[in-house]
Amino acid sequence: MTFDWDVVDEFMPRFWDGVLVTLQALALGTLIAFALGLVWAMAQRAPQRWIRWPVTAVTEFIRNTPLLVQLFFLFYVVPQWGPSMSPLTTGIVGLGLHYSTYTAEVYRAGIEGVPVGQWEAAKALSLSRGRTWSSVILPQAIRRVVPALGNYVVAMLKDSPMIAVIGALDMLGEARQFSNETFTTEAITVVGVAFIVIAYPASLLIRVLERRLVNNT
Amino acid sequence: MMTWDFFTEWFLPGIWITIQVLVYSALLSALVAFVVGTLRTSRFWIVRFLAGTYFEIFRGMSALIFMFWMAFAVPLMLGWQFVPLWSGTLALGLTYGAYGSEIVRGALAAVPAAQREAGIALSFTRWQRLRRIELPQAWPEMIPPFNNLLIELLKGTSLVSVIAVADMTFAGNLLRLAKNESAPIYTLLLVLYFILAFILTRLMRMLERRAKAGVGRAPEKKNGLLSRKLSPSGESMQASTQGAGGLG
Repeated sequence: MTFDWDVVDEFMPRFWDGVLVTLQALALGTLIAFALGLVWAMAQRAPQRWIRWPVTAVTEFIRNTPLLVQLFFLFYVVPQWGPSMSPLTTGIVGLGLHYSTYTAEVYRAGIEGVPVGQWEAAKALSLSRGRTWSSVILPQAIRRVVPALGNYVVAMLKDSPMIAVIGALDMLGEARQFSNETFTTEAITVVGVAFIVIAYPASLLIRVLERRLVNNT
Repeated sequence: MMTWDFFTEWFLPGIWITIQVLVYSALLSALVAFVVGTLRTSRFWIVRFLAGTYFEIFRGMSALIFMFWMAFAVPLMLGWQFVPLWSGTLALGLTYGAYGSEIVRGALAAVPAAQREAGIALSFTRWQRLRRIELPQAWPEMIPPFNNLLIELLKGTSLVSVIAVADMTFAGNLLRLAKNESAPIYTLLLVLYFILAFILTRLMRMLERRAKAGVGRAPEKKNGLLSRKLSPSGESMQASTQGAGGLG
């Protein structure tokens, strides 16, 4: 068993490039997932059936099929009749879209956790539908689900190496390229350890958030 | 489009490989989940600590990177290598087993304390208590989250295509390279995965109905044929087994 630290030194500059790309994909993917998820969750509660059903069908389909195949679909099929995107952009869109169907469920759970009395109170005060959502329901619903949303950010971080498969140079992409050029394997080990080093503090942070936001309401 | 030869030569075996990887890694992760999950309720702190460390490491690890590491780094370090199918299965099983251990631990912790105390009063041994009292009551509670995890595992099996296991995603990629026509292939792939997920959900629902009848309870009312929606508390628990947070 050999582990060559010189190889690690040589890999480091490219490792940091990869970290930057991974974090970029994660940040933008999170934005899409959080925003789109809220749209899905609200659409699934829409009074009109023709909105509710297609949205539920689409989100269930996305949620039950692998992200990897969705990325291939976005990368190879969509450009045939739509915009052609760089690997990183495709990855961001794929991650965001896939995880938006998960955050939709989280929002849904949060919305269902708001007592019925709150809806009735909003109705009694004759608030409009928009006001009811924006000032009564969502502030109470989202507060409870922040930790659950945070968990999906970490889950997204762990799925982000998949974008290397369609050619984005994230942490895994850089490690793969470096390993192929130099016939070494230390880079993959470094990236694996890096994931634990990023994910563990993040999980501790989520636990703190959970104690702050969920337990003392 | 797809020729018949290609279909019988690559696609059908690909579906079979996907199912094999799924079954093997599901069995392995069930084993890991029950062993690690039970050990995490042990009364010795060192056992709890070691099992907890296992859980934290694998929950922080990306399954794809672990798979890469097993397939490419381990052979060079140790001088021998797994068959790709097995490095994929092992990586999936160990990772998803860690997620499952949290489900097992949570369900065991949710068994009312009075049940445990009754077992002690009847002077059951620890093992008897676990097997006769705690697990039978915790088991029905585990099935809905296990269902979700199983679907995640099914989706995870597509990763083995990256380390050159000829599963159905691999066959799809091969076909794209050969025919240069990707739309029908990837649509078919997505639909196939969706159908497999549907079948698994139906099977797990059946299992849940049975298990709940065994302890004299009706299953939770669920709407829709497929939707694996959980109750609000179940949802936040689900999020925390897959993500990295704790249950607080």
